[in-house]
Amino acid sequence: MTGITSIGAYVPKYRLSLDEVSKFWNVKGPGGEKAIAGYDEDSITMAIAAARSVCGDGAEIDGLYFGTTTNPYREKQGAAIIASGADLKAGVRTADFANSLRSGSIAMRAALDAVNSGSAGSVLVVASDSRLGAPQGRNEQLLGDGAAALLIGGGQPLAEIEACYTISNDFTDVWRVAKDEFVQSAEARFIDVVGFGPTMQEAFAGVLKKCGATPKDFAKVIFPAFGLREHADLAKRLGFEKGQIQDPLLNSVGHTGVAAPFVMLAVALEEAAPGDRILFAVYGDGCDLFALRVTDGITKVRTGASFKAGLAKKKVIDYGKYLNWKNLVPLEASSLPARSEPSLITRWRDRKRIAALYGVRCKSCGTPQLHPIGQAIRICAMCQVKDNFEDYRFSDKKGKLFSYAIDQLQPTKNPPGLNGVVDFDEGGRLICELTDYDLDTVKTGMPVEMTFRKMSQGQGLINYFWKAKPVTE
Amino acid sequence: MENLKDKVAIVGMGCSKFGERWDAGVEDLLVEAAFEAFQDAGIGPKEIQAAWIGTVFSGLSAITLSPLNLQYIPITRVENMCATGSEALRAATYAILAGACDIALAIGVEKLKDAGTTGVKGPAIVGDNPDGTAGIGPGYSAPASFAYMATRYFNDYKLSPEEGKRLLAEIAVKNHYNGSLNPKAHFKNQLTVDQVVKAPIIAWPLGLFDCCGVSDGAAAAIVTRADLAKNFRQDPIYVKALNICVGARQGAVRQDYDFVHIEENVRASQKSYQEAGIKDPRKEISIAEVHDCFTIHEMIVYEDLGFSARGRAGEDIRNGFFTLKGDLPVNTDGGLKCFGHPLGASGLRMMYEVYKQLQQKAGPRQVKNPRLGLTHNLGGNAGTGIGSICIVGNEKG
Repeated sequence: MTGITSIGAYVPKYRLSLDEVSKFWNVKGPGGEKAIAGYDEDSITMAIAAARSVCGDGAEIDGLYFGTTTNPYREKQGAAIIASGADLKAGVRTADFANSLRSGSIAMRAALDAVNSGSAGSVLVVASDSRLGAPQGRNEQLLGDGAAALLIGGGQPLAEIEACYTISNDFTDVWRVAKDEFVQSAEARFIDVVGFGPTMQEAFAGVLKKCGATPKDFAKVIFPAFGLREHADLAKRLGFEKGQIQDPLLNSVGHTGVAAPFVMLAVALEEAAPGDRILFAVYGDGCDLFALRVTDGITKVRTGASFKAGLAKKKVIDYGKYLNWKNLVPLEASSLPARSEPSLITRWRDRKRIAALYGVRCKSCGTPQLHPIGQAIRICAMCQVKDNFEDYRFSDKKGKLFSYAIDQLQPTKNPPGLNGVVDFDEGGRLICELTDYDLDTVKTGMPVEMTFRKMSQGQGLINYFWKAKPVTE
Repeated sequence: MENLKDKVAIVGMGCSKFGERWDAGVEDLLVEAAFEAFQDAGIGPKEIQAAWIGTVFSGLSAITLSPLNLQYIPITRVENMCATGSEALRAATYAILAGACDIALAIGVEKLKDAGTTGVKGPAIVGDNPDGTAGIGPGYSAPASFAYMATRYFNDYKLSPEEGKRLLAEIAVKNHYNGSLNPKAHFKNQLTVDQVVKAPIIAWPLGLFDCCGVSDGAAAAIVTRADLAKNFRQDPIYVKALNICVGARQGAVRQDYDFVHIEENVRASQKSYQEAGIKDPRKEISIAEVHDCFTIHEMIVYEDLGFSARGRAGEDIRNGFFTLKGDLPVNTDGGLKCFGHPLGASGLRMMYEVYKQLQQKAGPRQVKNPRLGLTHNLGGNAGTGIGSICIVGNEKG
């Protein structure tokens, strides 16, 4: 039986208070807060975090489909970067699904088809978005950053797909032309009355008919919306009771674009019981609607690491920092010398270390080692034996902070920087930057794990690498 | 292997004024240092038979020395990061020792302030490559790479951050006092422990006054065979030992490196003591100029070089052991702390002070009856270093 075999979501640590934004611009807003990607995160890094939480590094899967409207590259595949960050095998089929809020659900349907046809055993669907609303506008207070991933496969899924229903609709509600930095949108009432409302009603009617069911047969209904009021109104019109409606997280995380429905689904499945039926609707240029049935498998995959509890471990940043992180204000140039950019050729030679923090393990003495600036290690640093190594992945190894500095001079948009010496629990050392830290809890011996981040951007490309961050669980 | 002790002598030295030399180019600094050295040795530029110019950023190749207008002699540019100045002296000394020439010039220069930025220009960030391209990976500042040592030192020797910072501050206060007595120093202001402790943080736990300045400067030495030295002057200074010890980034790769010592410092000094016949450096060394790029490093150098027992540098600091009036005065000229650190010049600037002290010409900073002096540089940082030691004396034997 094909279905969802694993699911996870990633919401960045940072929050922006929407009341602060309203006060700043003297406008009315919805209140609450929204999730903000760190200055060193983008749709790719968040997607990798979500993907790694679902399938682990080096997973044996056949496909990775990436849904986003904010691929950092206009030309260059995001899915391939995600697959290498999660250290998936070279034969993995990668594809980007783009340009629509439905990119994730279209990717999910394609994944279901691939698995159902027997062409693939398992396909990871990753949805990630980091859309920008223009300052002072409604979208600024609506759009949040986040990612989710789910694995489609056979065997014993945690949720089966009972029915799917798809509508394609060329309706212009939100859009960006090629050079737009900010999401544009039509009048809210027009979207609701002419586009969102009727499309969703048609899709729900269609899927209920397919299943021969009524709204009360479902434990939860999941769909994102362009506002809390629109969300509540539609749920009511569709005939669902309060207890059935999955929180759209609009005043805690924000509308995370392509990721939004999948983040909601991850939360819903965390709380679901075997036998629960769930309606999962994804809106954008039409609608994809899935009727899901939770299986006994749900109890097996629960690890105790609650995504919902993780959401509470957040840090509120001020609006100035938000404007800086999103490059929305010009800032005075640093008086420190600019960092030069790495060469494409050295990046290529160093690709395994960049992708999944590969170092080597000496086959003579067993010591894992990682070169601090990415040169090839030819002679063992411990036993001096030449060229007797096997590849060794560090990205999934936990470590402790041996020493550190709180560095005012480190190039960062979240000063002061923090960098230090990480000793991995299973051997090996790396001097690296840290991220997502709280300075008042930093100390020697602090447990850390590795996270894939954006280091710098220049010469027209993005320089990704790994940082350490405090272990959150 | 031949011992070089007492076979080569320094017979002339020069040192430019250090500081923000906005109106001086590399050429002016070179001429200022070289011609003081020529005059000191009582020779002219025509008598120089070979030269080594040390610089990290201020010029490629031997042509960097062209402002001196030396006429078709062999010249080589050397570079060994922060140990570059000492490296020029080592090359010139070895040439004399080898009999390749009889009179050689070692000169170092750095013009850091032309960059127009705060701090040392690229690779400004430790993760960057030596060729100036960015490293793929972390970026952290030079102060941070030394702050790791302070964090670990405080941790391992159970010092609270407040206690640790006050101890480090004593080093800055000492060096600034010495610098205040030196007309060639960049910074001549005296500091109090409170001022140092309260200064803005650069890389916690290090604050502004734990870090050396950024300056322009040049320094030069003229070396010759020891048996010819008295033809130039009655008070030549004899080279007793010269060593560098280069790590292979072990400390950045291996977990057994502790960040409270620098192996390259330890090994370079031990080899030098052996070469110079020194058994107890704490007692036998009269004066030392050490690499106080950051106060924590000066403290760790006390222990690495055997001036203080492991973990006991703090006691010696509190007892004033390393002050001008102490048993082993360190950085009597004000150190990197007051001179700043024009990379290529620093090693030779240190030697300039030791040379003047051993000749009893250090004015208000003069220490009593010195016999043996030591200079120490560290290129790189904790875990990835180039340790350099030079020992000289005012008598043979």
